[in-house]
Amino acid sequence: MSTTYDKVADIIAETCDIPRESIKPDSHATKDLEIDSLDFLDIAFAIDKAFGIKLPLEQWTQEVNDGTASTEKYFVLKNLSTRIDELIAAKGA
Amino acid sequence: MRLEYFQMIDRIVEVDLDARRLRAACTVPKESPIFEGHFPTYPLMPGVLLIECMAQTTGWLVCMLGRFSAMPFLAGVKEGKFRTLVFPGDRLEFDGSVVHEGSGYTIAECVGRRDGKKVCDAQLTFRIMPFPSPQFREAFFAWGERLELPIKELVR
Repeated sequence: MSTTYDKVADIIAETCDIPRESIKPDSHATKDLEIDSLDFLDIAFAIDKAFGIKLPLEQWTQEVNDGTASTEKYFVLKNLSTRIDELIAAKGA
Repeated sequence: MRLEYFQMIDRIVEVDLDARRLRAACTVPKESPIFEGHFPTYPLMPGVLLIECMAQTTGWLVCMLGRFSAMPFLAGVKEGKFRTLVFPGDRLEFDGSVVHEGSGYTIAECVGRRDGKKVCDAQLTFRIMPFPSPQFREAFFAWGERLELPIKELVR
């Protein structure tokens, strides 16, 4: 059974045409993988569809801009996967 | 359709907000300076302007679903297809639908038809952002009211 991280990495590889093997749990979506904001919208759409959730991108962006959260919290892939798991759990609660 | 002003939609034919669908209609003008260049002696509706028709059709729908609280800016076009030539004087209908409302973005699809036959289709991505200024918002509302959109009811 594939993990949330595996699914996210597959989505990124397919959406952004990035070799799957170069995507790691510690990869930062923008700093390491150089994914721009438009490509990230495509990724968000694919994640929303795959997991039946709605990534709160506006809230995350606001937190980063306000300095109350680091980009690593949301855009390092292992952390992003944790956020997705939290959203899935919240949906089922 | 007023090509020089990028006002592509003449009227909204029907809206179903529950189904997240909107149908718009327009007629390609018989004359326009655009046709002097595209193309000399063979005037054709440019494909990029058909994309704009689809963007405006679905853009108005996105506005209505959001009760005009923010502005959809076209951010991406996928699978844009122009299936046949479109000429001056052609009457077109566009069927737009929202397929996903994300956080700060919306994905829509649109199909353009002439006499019931598909002429173009695409998937469109919009970024949802605040209106750049109150003046812009007012001008935008005036544009919507010319299309008889129920703006006052939706923004109440």
